Amino acid sequence: MEWEIVIGLEIHAQLSTASKIFSSSSTRFGAAANTQASATDMALPGTLPVFNEGAVDKAISFGLAIGGQVASRSIFARKNYFYPDLPKNYQISQFEDPIVTGGKISFFVGEEEITINLTRAHLEEDAGKSLHENFTGPHGESSTGIDLNRAGTPLLEIVSEPEMRSAAEAVGYARAVHSLVVWLGMCDGNMQEGSFRADANVSVRPKGQEKLGTRCELKNINSFRFLERAINYEARRQIELIEDGGQVVQETRLYDADLDETRSMRTKGDADDYRYFPDPDLPPLLVSEERIEAVRATMPELPATKRERYQNEFGLSAYDAAQLTMSRDTATYFEQTNAALNNAQAKLAANWVLGELAASLNREELDITQAKVNPTQLAKLIARIADNTISNKIARDVFQAMWEGQENGDADAIIESKGLKQISDVGAISAMVDEVIAANPAIVEEYRSGRDKAFNSLVGQVMKAARGKANPKQVTDLLKEKLG
Amino acid sequence: MSLLNEYPSIHALGTALREKKFSARELAQDALNNVTAHAHLNAFIDINAELTLQQADAADALLANQQGGPLTGIPIAHKDVLVTKGWRSTAGSKMLENYRSPFDATVVERLNAAGTVSLGKLNCDEFAMGSDNQSSFFGAVHNPWNTQYSPGGSSGGSAAAVAANLVLCATGTDTGGSIRQPAALCGVSGIKPTYGTVSRFGMIAYGSSLDQAGPIARNAKDLLEVLSVMSGFDPHDPTSLEHCLNTKNTGDRIRNDFNSWETRFTENTNQPLASLRIGIPKEYFENELDSTLANQIESAIAHFEKLGATRVDVSLPLTREAVSAYYVITPAEASSNLSRFDGVRFGHRAANYSNLEEMISRSRAEGFGDEVIRRILVGTYVLSEGYYDAYYLQAQRVRRMIVNDFQQAFAACDFIMGPVTPSLALPLGERSSDPTTDWLSDIYTLGVSLAGLPAMSVPCGFTHDAQPLPIGLQLIGNYFSEGQLLALADRYQQDTDWHQRKPEAK
Repeated sequence: MEWEIVIGLEIHAQLSTASKIFSSSSTRFGAAANTQASATDMALPGTLPVFNEGAVDKAISFGLAIGGQVASRSIFARKNYFYPDLPKNYQISQFEDPIVTGGKISFFVGEEEITINLTRAHLEEDAGKSLHENFTGPHGESSTGIDLNRAGTPLLEIVSEPEMRSAAEAVGYARAVHSLVVWLGMCDGNMQEGSFRADANVSVRPKGQEKLGTRCELKNINSFRFLERAINYEARRQIELIEDGGQVVQETRLYDADLDETRSMRTKGDADDYRYFPDPDLPPLLVSEERIEAVRATMPELPATKRERYQNEFGLSAYDAAQLTMSRDTATYFEQTNAALNNAQAKLAANWVLGELAASLNREELDITQAKVNPTQLAKLIARIADNTISNKIARDVFQAMWEGQENGDADAIIESKGLKQISDVGAISAMVDEVIAANPAIVEEYRSGRDKAFNSLVGQVMKAARGKANPKQVTDLLKEKLG
Repeated sequence: MSLLNEYPSIHALGTALREKKFSARELAQDALNNVTAHAHLNAFIDINAELTLQQADAADALLANQQGGPLTGIPIAHKDVLVTKGWRSTAGSKMLENYRSPFDATVVERLNAAGTVSLGKLNCDEFAMGSDNQSSFFGAVHNPWNTQYSPGGSSGGSAAAVAANLVLCATGTDTGGSIRQPAALCGVSGIKPTYGTVSRFGMIAYGSSLDQAGPIARNAKDLLEVLSVMSGFDPHDPTSLEHCLNTKNTGDRIRNDFNSWETRFTENTNQPLASLRIGIPKEYFENELDSTLANQIESAIAHFEKLGATRVDVSLPLTREAVSAYYVITPAEASSNLSRFDGVRFGHRAANYSNLEEMISRSRAEGFGDEVIRRILVGTYVLSEGYYDAYYLQAQRVRRMIVNDFQQAFAACDFIMGPVTPSLALPLGERSSDPTTDWLSDIYTLGVSLAGLPAMSVPCGFTHDAQPLPIGLQLIGNYFSEGQLLALADRYQQDTDWHQRKPEAK
């Protein structure tokens, strides 16, 4: 039987506010345990939540960016469950009336553009952390520690419709959401520190069946790579289970990256009843039309808008435009390079940013903001390709020299000092062509007897003699002319 | 014989302090001795003489420089659901038997800043859940009028302490009648202000959408002094109001309203209350109302008529349904509010457990008393999937209708008057076998709480027993009418002496 995988994602993006969502404690990562937990974060008796308005504008900008509805009135609700790192034993979240509903996100998987609809995005507080490993109690006994520094950190939970059909699509979607929230400046996107986390709801069904299968929720996924692996493992597990005559049980499963498997988080079959109800401590969150417009006015140009503009104004392909807008820094780098070339060499600029530059960054695991060649420098290099001073191939060597910091990264200086300037002098090339023809009578004969490949070999010989610097077009023309 | 017995009001006591008849320290020491002499009332949960005397010394320093205000040096005590630095904050529960708060409740902080001297923490029903103070882990409080009787609750310690003259004023909290009912049963005055006018920060939450702190004192003017310090906007409480209609939410708002009504009452000495309409809700005078009570309430109302007020009949048709709605909404909120007491970070932790779940469930089972567990279970049930709509949502609908009913009544009258409780104080130990019957004793106070309205209780008579028990009159006003209510009560107290009577010293 052919199976279809159905995936929906719940993404938690930590909003980059200086203080927590319901207290004035700092949200800085990495402080000593419990040094950033106030009386409110510890849920001491008598404390009350006071809403941090800074989180609202970030949620609004996300709602606008995905084309969703920003609610003029949304409600905070209590999600009740007992867990030691949840100090109140309820989480303040939004349930029936979230701040954002609807909207969609488009992205590429390979050359295929995919659009996923969003269900909602809502504000909530994060829990603390339970420290199970290598933690000893006051009497040296093995114990569990609780660090409440993270408790109360503002989150935007972004819920997709179950519209993804493969792990690759899920990863593409997660990357697109990641790039958007970082783009908007609402989340630092640091997955290692847990600023961006994805839970995946996975189910399988026979292809063509409309009814959804029973889903499992996968948690503890802290990289895109693990997201892909976790989904693939889980889908395989469910398919095998069903094919062996079993049934999928709806449950939460933990992904173990070391063993590359998912396993059930709860041993008992207790169905969760969170007993949601509106939080009586917090009045409804009201958002005026003026506020929405004020946020809209300060938002950066969105990736989708840029994508379209790159295609229309610069004639780039949809794929290149999408690649360039995966991050705001990449787009900025491209735009600066392109502008330095008066927007006349957009295709070349795109190729270089996505090609040689990206490869160098990858090789050294650098971010584009740490690139060792800046947009102005790259633009100079591209200008030399455009005006035929150097070939594309030579340009790659120049780029590496620039990357290494030679001649202060100045393309012209490197071309000059290394003598890489393309030879366009007809006399000089002509002499080299004559030499090659004279030295390779056998190949010349082959060519004349109709073997085109022999011609390429002759071009190669001339280029070799010119140490790559001869203008390839001139070489070709002269060879053809001289061979008759 | 305590010094406090010689001064009928905060004003008189404050004047004596400012005139240096005695120091705040002498007064505090005297008051502490008096508390010890009345230990049999069990009104206090925690006393810390050192802290009290420190506060008294600070008051004396101010008084020495003529910098004292009306409350400087005045002994006070706080209901133990308001958290305090220094004194334990137990909420009357084993769960918090030894809990100490790192901060003061806003209300406490404001009263400290006004120079009051705290004698300690007052007994109450566990987590303010109860109407007879018998659910306290620290034992029942005894009614000073007859120590065999309950003082009411949940602010039973507060009302008893004022009635026994251990303090002239005390803080209380009211979720469904917890200020008004014990004030009535102890023959003292108490006011529950409009929801949102007094900060809830530092008040251990029970029913968050109803909880409101207020003072209990001997008379309306003393209530005014204390309430005008307690109330006002607090940025630490998101349900605290910045504005009361068009006026800023400050203590001055209440004082100004009081003053302008006081002036108004002096303009027509024969008929000071002319043009005031007093609404009498017929549902408050039905079968369950004790006849002795009914008679005293009637004569109090008659006195207001004598002063020129007009009596109008109004109806609050959902008076009974208010009981049901209240006992769905507050347990629902309480079940969630009390989740934080799990033995993980503070409070009681069971000694024996083999895993996390056991640690939490045993800590809670051991730390909470029966009434608290009962309400947590009810609250958990009404919020559960499949029951939420039928109970919680339905109760919220009823609540909205109750709000509307009160507004309809206030279209026809300026104030509503009636009994506080259907019956007199009950002998200690007497509880119904069905706990929900006890819940009916709040029938006249719950609607007001659900609607968030201000209301007060003033003494209006006694039973004719050998050891008489006090009777209270409830005055209910529209939103933000605290100043007017207090002025009305003050006018009544100018003509009556119910509020000046004291239980016989033992």
